[in-house]
Amino acid sequence: MFGQAFRQPFKNAVLLLVWVWLLALVLVPNVLVVGTSLLTRDPVDFLTLPFTLENYQRLMDPLYVQVFLHSLYMAAVTTVLCLLIGYPFAWALAGVDKRWQTLLIFLLIVPFWTNSLVRTYAIKMLLAGNGLINSGLQSLGVIDQPLELLYTETAVIIGLVYLLLPFMILPLYAVFEDLKKELVMASHDLGAGRLPTFLHVIVPLTLPGVIAGVLLVFLPAMGMFYVADVLGGARNLLVGNVIKNQFLDARDWPFGAAASVLLTLAMAFLLLAHRFSRRRLGEEGA
Amino acid sequence: MTRWLPRTYLALVYLLLYIPILVLVVFSFNDARTAYRWGGFSLRWYEALFNNQAMVQAMWNSLWLALAAATVSTLIGALTALALHRYRFRGKPMLQGMLFVVMMSPEIVLAVSLLALFLMVGLQLGFVSLLLAHVTFCLPFVVITVSARLRGFDNRLLEAARDLGASEFTVVRTVLVPVIMPALLAGWLLGFTLSLDDVVVSTFVSGPSYEILPLRIYSMVRVGLRPEVNALGTLLLVFSLTMLLLSQWILMRSNR
Amino acid sequence: MTKTLLSIRGVAKAYQGRTVLDALDLDILDGEFLTLLGPSGCGKTTLLRLLGGFEQPDQGEITLAGESITALPPERRPLNTVFQHYALFPHMTVFDNVAYGLRMEKRPRDEIRQRVTEVLTLVQLQDFATRKPHQLSGGQQQRVAIARAVVKRPRLLLLDEPLSALDYKLRRSMQIELKRLQRELGIAFVFVTHDQEEALSMSDRVVVLKDGVIQQMGTPRELYERPANLFTARFIGEANLFPGRVTGLEAHHLMVEVLGLPRRLRRPAFAVSAGDAIQVLLRPEDIRVLEPSRDAGIPGVVIERNYKGSTLDSLIELESGQQVLASEFFDEDDPTFDYSLGERVRVSWVDGWEWVLPDDGKPVPEEGA
Repeated sequence: MFGQAFRQPFKNAVLLLVWVWLLALVLVPNVLVVGTSLLTRDPVDFLTLPFTLENYQRLMDPLYVQVFLHSLYMAAVTTVLCLLIGYPFAWALAGVDKRWQTLLIFLLIVPFWTNSLVRTYAIKMLLAGNGLINSGLQSLGVIDQPLELLYTETAVIIGLVYLLLPFMILPLYAVFEDLKKELVMASHDLGAGRLPTFLHVIVPLTLPGVIAGVLLVFLPAMGMFYVADVLGGARNLLVGNVIKNQFLDARDWPFGAAASVLLTLAMAFLLLAHRFSRRRLGEEGA
Repeated sequence: MTRWLPRTYLALVYLLLYIPILVLVVFSFNDARTAYRWGGFSLRWYEALFNNQAMVQAMWNSLWLALAAATVSTLIGALTALALHRYRFRGKPMLQGMLFVVMMSPEIVLAVSLLALFLMVGLQLGFVSLLLAHVTFCLPFVVITVSARLRGFDNRLLEAARDLGASEFTVVRTVLVPVIMPALLAGWLLGFTLSLDDVVVSTFVSGPSYEILPLRIYSMVRVGLRPEVNALGTLLLVFSLTMLLLSQWILMRSNR
Repeated sequence: MTKTLLSIRGVAKAYQGRTVLDALDLDILDGEFLTLLGPSGCGKTTLLRLLGGFEQPDQGEITLAGESITALPPERRPLNTVFQHYALFPHMTVFDNVAYGLRMEKRPRDEIRQRVTEVLTLVQLQDFATRKPHQLSGGQQQRVAIARAVVKRPRLLLLDEPLSALDYKLRRSMQIELKRLQRELGIAFVFVTHDQEEALSMSDRVVVLKDGVIQQMGTPRELYERPANLFTARFIGEANLFPGRVTGLEAHHLMVEVLGLPRRLRRPAFAVSAGDAIQVLLRPEDIRVLEPSRDAGIPGVVIERNYKGSTLDSLIELESGQQVLASEFFDEDDPTFDYSLGERVRVSWVDGWEWVLPDDGKPVPEEGA
């Protein structure tokens, strides 16, 4: 037996190490955040009793609601754009000759290994008032005045889509890879044309990939505060900026924690949706 | 069938993905200060970069941190993967669930929770807090990489080795370690890169005593355009690419 | 004679310069069980895909009941396919899978419900309508796949190695089930397989394919007893092939020297002349194993014995080195029946049971099918 290769003490030591690590650095901190979100702000110690739901109520403050809705809106647009670009991309990619696929996937994960701040900066270079896009368009005579691209909502969305697109494509590619050609053939065989086949067979079968992709794009799109900082200026904030400001600048921890809990809940919801969608296909839950 | 349509589309998206990176690299060699006019080839931004003491210090700090984080997370991650592969124990689904949640949760949630923890226990923000945080978010990636390797491993190989007279220690050293070695290396490289690139978590858990590169870059790119960033970005790109190629090469070679 | 339902004329298909089907002609009759049989790569699956509309022929024409369907996409062809790995939609229940084709025809709800229930009853799955495919056994999934195809009432059902994923016992019972279904539905089945036993036991007619060319077409009995060439002879059933040479010709007979013995055999349908090399086919059950004291037959030694239940198979090596497989039914009254290993025997056959084939000069494959 493998187990005999390591005696019991080894097993216990390994398990202890892992458990301690995960409990101390994942579970406890998250419990702390939830706890914090229910406490009251204190100017000296950051936190104090009593327990309150006031922080969650303050999330409903019109000022914040506006920021959240705006952030939600930008994240949603980012997600939809990633899906619209990524879905046909993944489909096409899965249809490419196997020999090329390895290379193409490699090209797709290169950005994942590349510093995202630097890539955000590259987008900034392109969009700036005196950047390449504007000077290019001007020298072509398409525009007289430089377009105001940088520090807009559009800039933030462009940046987010650019950074997050591979995270949409990879899970989609995985489901298209798994999609059996015979199922599509069967659908045609039973009298379904292209559109019905797409709607009734391809979409349901690739749904787990769509949800996984949404999960990997939508949540970071609300949290990647540096993208909003670098490309969006003061008006286009993400939930991440609010959380960061509350924690690091305003020192209103309970409020920041409440915002963070909100994000966690959104993640939990999407994870459950993903699990459910895979169960439907008879695959083991994620 | 129209085969050119999907191909054109693929090419177009790849182009869009790579144009910003290409522009970044090209303009890092630009003699002019502007980000739109070519002023001739020059290495002046690279020079400026290395003359910047704070920058060089941040580079070293980041490098040390990434080395440490990758090594620790590979060790713990590999052991975790082994335990998950081999042992039955209570709470296994919970352990896997926690790793999965860490991987899926937005960085900012992790960052907030770790900051809360460090301040509660009174840990001075600096190298240690950064290390703990980086190991935590690298861990699931290492576990996944090693687990994938172990999934294809036939446990009977170990029995066979024992049957042929190898001691327990020898079995692990001569059979198991060589088998998972490629995954260990790939996991290490991935951890190293993740640590080097992280902005979100580091923003929360670093202190003034230990400035690291991504935060240095962050403060530089927040306002205006700085050609040194092009130079730095190019260097980081080459570095990451080397790491990625290395890890792909290791994985591919071992799969043969 | 039943009328032709589907006719294939001069159909050719090549992939990257490799010919898969070569100017193939074939007629499929209404209501028949036709099997396309051949080794892997013989073109049988490609032919099925051409009929289903999943591939387009490079040349040639496919007509169904007089109308060309060559250019029709699969969804507009009045025939349906049972796929090799069933291709059941994993996200739909059994009912929804079977109803899919009818929904695509925009049938009224009541009709769909009624027809699906009917066909599920036909395949004995009426109690499984709400299950998902992954909750079914292999045999049940197989039956859903069939139900899903036949509910559309196609003129022709295409089956692509539908039993290949099942274990031996289940295969046997599904073979019987498929035959029963085909009789009850009265539609033509085109069945693809590489398993000659399956082909023989199920089909009205079998088409033997090799390298994209039809080798022979006929009833199972014709194929077994009167194969057209060495390939078919070897591919279907066990075959003993003895090389021989024509020594003389008569009006209805052929003088042949086979294994050193002069024999007078029936003259075959193909052209022969004196001096030609031929092969004499004898099935294992045609071989007689005689005691060594008899003077008929050819001497040999028993080198292997296999008890098969109802028969006893012996492998006998002749002095020439050629091995002969003999399959004998038990005859408990015959005391001489049981030969032991190493025992000397003589091998013979009854004149008239042999089948003469032209020698194509190709070496005998290592291990026949």
